[in-house]
Amino acid sequence: MTKQFKPSQTFKSSDITDESVFAARRSLLKSMGFLGAGALLSNSASAGWFSKDKPAFTAKTLEFTRNDTLSTDESMTPYAKVTSYNNFYEFGTGKDDPVENAQSFKVDPWSLKIDGMVRKPITLSYDDILQRFALEERVYRLRCVEAWSMVIPWLGFELNKLISFAEPLGSAKYVAFKTLFDPKQMPGQRNPFIGGGIEYPYVEGLRLDEAMHPLTLMSVGVYGKTLPPQNGAPIRLVVPWKYGFKSIKSVVSITLTDREPPTTWNRLAAHEYGFYANVNPDVAHPRWSQASERRITEGGLFSQNRIATEKFNGYHEVAPLYTNMDLTRYY
Amino acid sequence: MTLLSKPLKLSLWQLRGVKVALHGVILAWLLVTFYAGINDNLGADPVKALIHFTGIGALNLLLLTLLISPAARYLPAPALMRLRRMLGVYVFVYAFVHLLTYISFELQFDWSLVVSEIIKRPYITVGMAALLLLLALTMTSPNRVRQQLGKRWQSLHNTVYIALLLALLHFSWSRKTGLQEPLIYWGLALIILLPRLQNFRTRRGKRKN
Repeated sequence: MTKQFKPSQTFKSSDITDESVFAARRSLLKSMGFLGAGALLSNSASAGWFSKDKPAFTAKTLEFTRNDTLSTDESMTPYAKVTSYNNFYEFGTGKDDPVENAQSFKVDPWSLKIDGMVRKPITLSYDDILQRFALEERVYRLRCVEAWSMVIPWLGFELNKLISFAEPLGSAKYVAFKTLFDPKQMPGQRNPFIGGGIEYPYVEGLRLDEAMHPLTLMSVGVYGKTLPPQNGAPIRLVVPWKYGFKSIKSVVSITLTDREPPTTWNRLAAHEYGFYANVNPDVAHPRWSQASERRITEGGLFSQNRIATEKFNGYHEVAPLYTNMDLTRYY
Repeated sequence: MTLLSKPLKLSLWQLRGVKVALHGVILAWLLVTFYAGINDNLGADPVKALIHFTGIGALNLLLLTLLISPAARYLPAPALMRLRRMLGVYVFVYAFVHLLTYISFELQFDWSLVVSEIIKRPYITVGMAALLLLLALTMTSPNRVRQQLGKRWQSLHNTVYIALLLALLHFSWSRKTGLQEPLIYWGLALIILLPRLQNFRTRRGKRKN
């Protein structure tokens, strides 16, 4: 009998696959051209098949302390997947369009305004965003309305710190958020075929008590570094108990108001996407069940497990925000 | 008006060569893509990538199949007709693998969910109807069955146009917004269907006279 070969070192696939290789494989697949005419369309938004890849966005290392209490210990979605599978229609409707089209997005200078029903309106610069508040790392579950989910280590600070800083008036009841509107940088805002024909700028909103909840995060980084543009650089919202589309990216304004603000997906299809959009296995999307989700983790086809979806995405501590509310009606 | 001065003819061996090449490309593409998915070389979400690949692949093949008879007539290249059945069967293969991928990797054999999704979600119901039509067409494609069916064979196989429209509806409906690639496919389908609609009208007109 021959002796079985034993490698002296063992690697996990994640140790081996370099990010650039990962990206190159995707473009190889695309250039094979069998992804259909649609791939052609989305490609026209990027540099094209034969041009060299544009230089990737450089993420800076950040200092932070880890918050273990509010972090899940479920296995995390690898960095390469978190940063290459994004819904950010400003850069194209395909999941891999943002990583291809957003690399040259300018995040510095940036200006984030906090205004409306506040005593002290403030404007934060790029440096303020990264330095004004101490950063925490929190590993949150992210549940997309499309029934897939990830586990992501965000860096950021609680939104309530920012809002308290601006001193909200007693009359303020809601918080309205707005993404940057810059058609020159965002092809989806220039061309409705690239941006899916939704109305821009993207807007979102929360009730003030939701916004002040300690779980609600303004994130500036992921995996120890500043956010790449496809994940909503330089600053985005993260509301872990709501569907992903509530967590608006590349925010330029936060306005306190006394009226429920309009929200982008609700405006597009009110019967499918509500203002609250709390993760809820009992309320189906009209076109698919929300009772379970596919967790995107490390590994290929056979590692993508379907798991039961939990109410409020498992963040049961937010339930008191919704006592006496019919969540079937206010979905 | 024709594009070629002489009708394009293929010898038996040429025809066999073309068929082998087509088998190779269409099958290998499917296998290579699944292999990439198994090894996590298909982007962040291999399941969604494979569902899209097989679905759009089936649509592309269906459009290609429907281009065969106009190409055979107008090039003219009657030999192309010998390739149509094979392409048509591959439409079913891709569509069937599309459904299998959805059941096994997306829903992971949660059979009660499979059944309820097919019944409750109109876009999946419509896709399922298209697949059943393709199944009927595939099962009636052997020569022997074709002869047994006689004239009814052609009427049955005309439902391929219904399958195309159902598949396009399924595709458009699955998207979150309207202005996306399904529009291009509706355009292509229109280009393929309009001349046939005219043929159909003139033929019906003749029958009446």
